[in-house]
Amino acid sequence: MAANIIVYGLVASGVYALLAVGFSLIFGVARIVNLSHTAFYMLAAYLIYSLASAAGLNLYLSIIIAIVAVIAVGIFSYKFLIARVRQHEATTLIVTIALAVIIQEAILKGFGGQPRGVPKLILGSVDIFGVTVLNQQLLTLGVVVLLLLATWFFLMRTKSGVAIRATAQDRDVANLMGINVPRIEMLVMAMSVGLAAIAGALVAPLSVLTPGMWAHPLVMILAVVVLGGLGSIQGSLIGALILGFAENLVVFLAPSGAYLKTSVALTIMLIVILIKPEGLFGIVFEEERG
Amino acid sequence: MNLPAAYVTRALKLLRGEVFVLPSRTVLPLVGILLLVLPAISHEDYLLGVFIRAAIFAIFAASWDLLSGFTGQINFGHALFFGVAAYTAALLNLNLGLAPWATIPIGAIAAVAAGLVVGIPCLRLRGTYLAFATLAFPLILLGVVFAIPSISGGELGLQSIDPLSKSRVISYYIIIPSMIVLGFIMWKITDSNVGLIFHAIREDEVTARASGINTTRYKLLAFCLSGLFAGIAGGLYAHFLTRTGPSTLELLLSFQVIIWAVFGGIATIYGPIAGVLILYPLTEYVLTRYLSVLAEAKTLIFAFVVLLVLLFMPQGLITWLRDRTEKICPRCKLQNVGWRKKCRVCTAELD
Repeated sequence: MAANIIVYGLVASGVYALLAVGFSLIFGVARIVNLSHTAFYMLAAYLIYSLASAAGLNLYLSIIIAIVAVIAVGIFSYKFLIARVRQHEATTLIVTIALAVIIQEAILKGFGGQPRGVPKLILGSVDIFGVTVLNQQLLTLGVVVLLLLATWFFLMRTKSGVAIRATAQDRDVANLMGINVPRIEMLVMAMSVGLAAIAGALVAPLSVLTPGMWAHPLVMILAVVVLGGLGSIQGSLIGALILGFAENLVVFLAPSGAYLKTSVALTIMLIVILIKPEGLFGIVFEEERG
Repeated sequence: MNLPAAYVTRALKLLRGEVFVLPSRTVLPLVGILLLVLPAISHEDYLLGVFIRAAIFAIFAASWDLLSGFTGQINFGHALFFGVAAYTAALLNLNLGLAPWATIPIGAIAAVAAGLVVGIPCLRLRGTYLAFATLAFPLILLGVVFAIPSISGGELGLQSIDPLSKSRVISYYIIIPSMIVLGFIMWKITDSNVGLIFHAIREDEVTARASGINTTRYKLLAFCLSGLFAGIAGGLYAHFLTRTGPSTLELLLSFQVIIWAVFGGIATIYGPIAGVLILYPLTEYVLTRYLSVLAEAKTLIFAFVVLLVLLFMPQGLITWLRDRTEKICPRCKLQNVGWRKKCRVCTAELD
């Protein structure tokens, strides 16, 4: 039981962390609340399904095609939809919700509502301390850790990363320092959607695909970024760990836990932000420039 | 001159001087009258049902606007108020046998209490944090609803609640006037000093507090008022449909109300009402009935319509129309028709 909780908790936390980091990045840099973030994750999963299972392509190839295609869709929707309305905060929310609904309905139209499955990348399982762990789960964890490290390295050690962090701190001054702010925002959008697409590719073999699969992760990553503090990468990571484990603890230990897992996770989030309104690692934004 | 005649002349003068001078004010009573005579034109039960539900959602969307549009406290979990009131009304009706005229107000009071429950902890939060925190409340309750199916009915919800009235037309004449009256009350609230303070809190909370306004109290007031109106909508919904279920608490409803309000134009009250009255019959009636669109495609079309309208009118449809047809006089700040050269009151040049 305890080992199960650890394995499933780690996998769930990893996926939430990947999604939340991407969501947090685009929020931190461009102040865009992208509610279609998990719709891109779902889109990637379904693209892999259609390429690999329906069209019979090689699985690795279809994963790469799917990720590239989703990044293209993300950049396209950023440039032509989100960027045009971003001064109006409420309108941005609605445009991203509408985008998510369009993706959901398009998938419903294309694939129908029935659950779909994607074959695993690597089969088999290993026994660790007497628990059977699927190799796919280990792969997921490995990729998540690698990607988070790569993102961290990119943000902290490369020139573009410094530019991204500078833009997040102060757009106007970053602009004055010669940073091409629109291009940085485009880059961050591509990164953010790319991370979502990879998360989709990692989740697809482990769960069933349905056109409504974007809603639950969306709620969870909103809770994760608030819990960890908006705009903070390590906050997102810690938040994802807390909520991923909380969910799985409830599922395995409480009666009718499958229903209550979201409630418990969200209650934890609420309690934390009531004690610490800016989240665990949140930066208290000074009055932002208009 | 006898008294009734004097009142009539005065009313006519008021109409000519204050109502017919602006297209927006002319359209408003026209829509009201059209809605009220609709049952005389069409007896189709389905059409009346669509408009009844549209009216209920119009109250709901306007109540979101009262809180989020005016005070700027973006509420992502507005379905909480709707769901709490719907479930309260349903449970009271089913278990205690109370009639709709009792359960709907009690449901609304329960929603006010929910407003306090959300409002008090959220006073410390601002902006995006507040939005995401409010999102949590209906979903937490939804989990509880699923976990205690013996009381809440679980996924199926509660069935066979007393209807508002046996006849569809009578239900129509209960709900449409309710919407008009409640909409008017909400508009009056936002037009009063309280509304001015709500505006001030949205624009700059620190300055509002520095001007001696107890912003905490007014934010709580906004949560409670919004909960009250949303709660009435929720109770009406449960009794009109004679059932209630988890869909009244779902994420989709919380998002839906924001879509309607933003589509119409926030911080106006009439914008969200118009947004619902346009979008809801469009997707539920016009598309399926006249354009023979399949039921599965209507959400897709709904999303596309919202997306396109907001891309070209980011402030919302009604706000966009208002800005095109009306100008504010630079001297006396009164609204004037867009094609006037001089202000209708102070004759200042309009630019």
